Amino acid sequence: MILSGDTIRQIKARMDRYPTRRSAILPALTAAYRQVGHLNPAIYREIARVMDVPYIEIAEAASFYTMFPKHEVGRYLIQVCHNISCSLRGADNLIAYIESKLGIALGETTSDKLFTLISVECLGGCSAAPMMQINDTYYENLTRARVDEIIAQLRTEAGQDGG
Amino acid sequence: MEKVLFAHVDNPQQHRIETYLAAGGYQALPKILREYKPDDVIDLIKKSGLRGRGGAGFPAGMKWSFVPKTSPKPKYLCCNADESEPGTCKDRVLMESDPHLVVEGIIIAAYAIQAHQAFIYIRGEFVFPAARMEQAVEEAYARGYLGKNILGSGYDLDLVVHTGGGAYICGEETALLSSLEGDRGLSRIRPPFPAIEGLYGCPTVVNNVETLANVPLIVNRGVDWFRSHGTEKSPGTKIFSLSGNIKRPGNYEVDLGTPLSYIINELGGGVPDGRTLKAIIPGGSSTPLLLPHQIDTPLDFESVAQAGSMLGSGAIIVIDDGACMVWTAMKLINFYQHESCGKCTPCREGTAWLKQLINRIEDGNGRPGDIDLILDICGNIMGRTICPLGDAAVMPTESIIKLFRNEFEYHIEHKTCLVKTSYPLA
Ligand SMILES: Cc1cc2nc3c(=O)[nH]c(=O)nc-3n(C[C@H](O)[C@H](O)[C@H](O)COP(=O)(O)O)c2cc1C
Ligand code: FES
Repeated sequence: MILSGDTIRQIKARMDRYPTRRSAILPALTAAYRQVGHLNPAIYREIARVMDVPYIEIAEAASFYTMFPKHEVGRYLIQVCHNISCSLRGADNLIAYIESKLGIALGETTSDKLFTLISVECLGGCSAAPMMQINDTYYENLTRARVDEIIAQLRTEAGQDGG
Repeated sequence: MEKVLFAHVDNPQQHRIETYLAAGGYQALPKILREYKPDDVIDLIKKSGLRGRGGAGFPAGMKWSFVPKTSPKPKYLCCNADESEPGTCKDRVLMESDPHLVVEGIIIAAYAIQAHQAFIYIRGEFVFPAARMEQAVEEAYARGYLGKNILGSGYDLDLVVHTGGGAYICGEETALLSSLEGDRGLSRIRPPFPAIEGLYGCPTVVNNVETLANVPLIVNRGVDWFRSHGTEKSPGTKIFSLSGNIKRPGNYEVDLGTPLSYIINELGGGVPDGRTLKAIIPGGSSTPLLLPHQIDTPLDFESVAQAGSMLGSGAIIVIDDGACMVWTAMKLINFYQHESCGKCTPCREGTAWLKQLINRIEDGNGRPGDIDLILDICGNIMGRTICPLGDAAVMPTESIIKLFRNEFEYHIEHKTCLVKTSYPLA
C-alpha cells in the first residue's frame, strides 16, 4: 500500500460530501499527491479500490490535471511562472538564474534530490511578479537576493530533517 | 474613492468570523431569510444591475432568474474561484482577506435560486486561499449560517470547498462543471445552458467570487447606494489587477467607469522611469490590446468594448517599449495552446498551429506568408469552438498582429527582433 490510513480516511470523508462519489476523484488525487509528492498508475489503482470506481476513470482524470507531477520529483518542486505579467518583470531571467544557481535545466532535479525546477503558466500572483510556487507556498516579488535567501532557507530546513 | 469590497482588506484579522461580525457581517443573510422570498432576492439583484465579474459581464439577477422554479431536480450554485486568466489575481485577495463576505454572498445567492448544495471551485495552486475559505465555511457552520435550518428559517444549505488540479479551462463554466463531476475538465456545448442543465444535469448557476461578494453589500446598503458607484449600465465598483511594466502593481478597487489613465498613472505610478508606454491589455490576457492614445478609456463594459477591447476580468497588463510584440504574442499563444482542453478541433489544432508559427517567427525562422497564415488560422478558430477559449486565444493574437504588424514583418525579414526584449531580474 502506498496510501496512508490518513489519506484513505480523507478520501472517504470527501466522498460523503458530494452527490456522486466520482466528484471526489479530484480531491482524492489531491490528497494522494499531498502525501506522496507525485502520482502514478499504482496510486490510481489504490484510489480506484478505495473509491470503488474504475481505474481508467482515475487515470483519465489524473492525466488531464498538470498540477500533479506524474513521476518522482525533488523534495522541493520549484514552479516558476513564465506567463506574460511575470515575463514583463524578468521571469526569463529568473528561470535562468535559478538554473545556474542549482546547476540544472528546466525539468531537471538536483543530484541530491532536493530541488526540481519547472516553469508553469500564470499562478494568479501577477501583481507581485515575478513569482514562483515551491510546494504549497507562493514566493512573490522575487529578486536575486530573495531567491538566494529562499534556497538557503530550504537547504537548512532539509539539513535539519537529516536531508 | 470609496472601497467597498476591499473595505477591510488591510485588517489582518478580517478573515475571522468574530471580526467579520463586528464589522457588520452576516447582517444581510438574516434580513434576506426573514424578509425576502427567493424571487425578491432575484428582483433586488436585477434592480441593482450587478454584472458578472468573471469576464463576460452577464447580469447576475437575470442569470439567477433562468433557473426553472418548477423543476423537481436539485439546484446547485458554484462559486468560480479558478482565477487563471493571466493577469488576474483579485479573487485570491478577496478569499484571503475577507472570506466570509464571499461565503455570505454564496449563501444568499443559493437561497435566491433555492439550491441546497453549493460549491466553491478554487484553483488547486491556491492552497492558502482555499485554507482560508475552508476555515470560513467551518466557522459559518458552527454559527448556524450553513447547514440545516439556517437561523431557524427552515432553509438548508451545504457548502463544499473543492480544489482544482491546475487547468485554466476549468474556469470556463461548463468545464468547471465537468471537473466538479470528476471528469477531465472538458467544456460542453451550450445550449443547454448550466442554468437549465448544469451540474449532474441539474439547474446550476456559476458566478465569480467578486460577483458574489457584492451581494451582501447590495442587500445591506441598497440598490441606490450600489448604483451610486459606476455607470448606468455598469454599476458598482470593480477590482482591477494591475501588472506588468508599472511602478506600483497591485489590486485596486475603483468605481466602474474610472478612466484607465487614473489606474495606470495615479494608482500605478506609470511605467518605470526611462520607459514609454507601448500597449495595454485591459481585461486579462484574452482581450485585444489598447494603444497609449486610448489611455483615457473609461473602464466599464460598454466603453472598453467601444474602444475595441473588453473589460473581461479587469486584469490590466501594462506593456512598455522594452517588449518585442512577437515575443509577447508568443508568451500568450504558448499559454492558450497548453491550456486548450483538446475537445474540439479548431481550438486544439488551431492553437497548436498558431504556437508553431509564432514561435518560428520569434526564433528567426519565419517565412514570407506566415503572418497571413496566422490570420487565416485565427479566422478559422474564432466563433467555431465549443467554448470561448479558442476566441480567447485569437483575440490578443489578431490584435497584436494588427497593431504591430511591422514587428512581425521585421522579424521575418531580418530573422531578429525589431525591439530586443530586456527585462532584467532585480
Ligand atoms: C477559458 C475561460 C476561462 C475562464 N476562467 C474564469 C475564471 O477563472 N474565473 C471566473 O470567474 N470566470 C472564468 N470564466 C468565465 C466563466 O465561464 C463564467 O462566465 C463566469 O464564471 C460566470 O460568472 P459571472 O457571471 O459572475 O462573471 C472563464 C471563461 C473562459 C472561456
Ligand atoms: S503571470 Fe505570473 S502569476 Fe500571473
